[in-house]
Amino acid sequence: MREINSNLITEAVKRLCIEANCHLCEDIKDCIKKSAAEEPWPQAKEILDLIIENYNIADSKNQPICQDTGVACVFLKIGQDLHINGDITEAVNEGVRRGYAEGFLRKSVVGDPINRVNTGDNTPAMIYFEMVSGDKLEITVAPKGFGSENMSQIAMLRPSDGLQGVKDFVKQVVEQAGPNPCPPIVVGVGIGGTFDKAAYLAKKALIRPVNQPNENPFYANLEKELLEEINALGIGPQGFGGKTTALALNIEYFPTHIAGLPVAVNINCHVTRHKTEVL
Amino acid sequence: MSVKIKTPFTRDDVKKLKAGDSCLISGVIYTARDAAHKRLCELIAENKPLPLDVKDSIIYFVGPTPAKPGEAIGSAGPTTSYRMDAYSPLLIELGQTGMIGKGKRGVEVIEAMKKHGAVYFGAIGGCGALLSKCIKKSEVIAYEDLGAEAIRRLEVEDFPVIVVIDSEGNNLYEIGKANYLSTKFR
Repeated sequence: MREINSNLITEAVKRLCIEANCHLCEDIKDCIKKSAAEEPWPQAKEILDLIIENYNIADSKNQPICQDTGVACVFLKIGQDLHINGDITEAVNEGVRRGYAEGFLRKSVVGDPINRVNTGDNTPAMIYFEMVSGDKLEITVAPKGFGSENMSQIAMLRPSDGLQGVKDFVKQVVEQAGPNPCPPIVVGVGIGGTFDKAAYLAKKALIRPVNQPNENPFYANLEKELLEEINALGIGPQGFGGKTTALALNIEYFPTHIAGLPVAVNINCHVTRHKTEVL
Repeated sequence: MSVKIKTPFTRDDVKKLKAGDSCLISGVIYTARDAAHKRLCELIAENKPLPLDVKDSIIYFVGPTPAKPGEAIGSAGPTTSYRMDAYSPLLIELGQTGMIGKGKRGVEVIEAMKKHGAVYFGAIGGCGALLSKCIKKSEVIAYEDLGAEAIRRLEVEDFPVIVVIDSEGNNLYEIGKANYLSTKFR
């Protein structure tokens, strides 16, 4: 059994918080550039060009791309043959604490959803644990802004609603969100599982690179179809009209109950951030 | 061509602007988000003085990232405005003339804008690094305990915004989408 000390996790999470918030992933950059080149509506293209200028400034100044540096969503894939010395949850939170302090990132977490006092250090992180084979630890930090998170929805559809029901619901969520989540957006869709599993799948869909279609050809095709239909809605960048309403749409699916068809839609803005390290 | 706006932003200035106009704002604007708006409205309800003069003012819905040493402010793009819908009508009634944010506004806000004369500007969401370059000075004037949500007095130069909803209630979110969908570009 391999052993590592939890301070390595803290250091990695700290680095990833800063890196993810200041440097947009290359797959998203490529996608924005491609959309700008293909955007037919001049006003919309101007906005996409400013979005490109913005992430370039962030890159060169090591500055947050967006002021909403999010709640830190941390995905851990823990190899079952790995032993971690120390408290893993505390190690992650300490990494968030240091990353948000040293990186001049905004502290956007309140300790209690009703009484709302800021925790002052952006902890606790939202941690998603997954056990996998092997003796490695894969850490992905995905800071999640709430302008887009607030526009996310879940529906417990009937099996009879079928494929059309799923498509209608996804488009309805995007249409209702309109300009609020800072379009162009990235749409994460979770289909199947249970109420909570569908929401988790939707979030997980947002950390898959946007140039990687679903491995299942049926779902890869559905991703393509839904993206085209969303980009026919006319909402456009910032909601001022145009083709580019969504940059990408990723679907994750899972088996479900004979009586159910859960569908969750987790929306992300054009600042779709995630960085990964393997220890 | 962009319309140049200097603060204070009067009700006469308000009337000249139409949905879709690009503007560059220079002068003093104030920041406030959810928590600060709640406190301002509580002060108004108790008939107590406010920490800023809302008459002819522009309030920017933003919670910036912390400034690095030597910088005026961190990244500072707009937050989603509908969360301020519960508070904006009262401030507009008291003389606030401009709001900068992003996203839809409720009927109650638009009615107050039409009745008293106010403009809702949009800044580009998710462009906090770019927008921060137009902010030359930042000073916390109230509610420091709220951290990013404190009220700040900002000095801005050619801060780029677009009129989303004008004082007649014309709405760029509706007009822009309809214009695009009615063209050959679609």
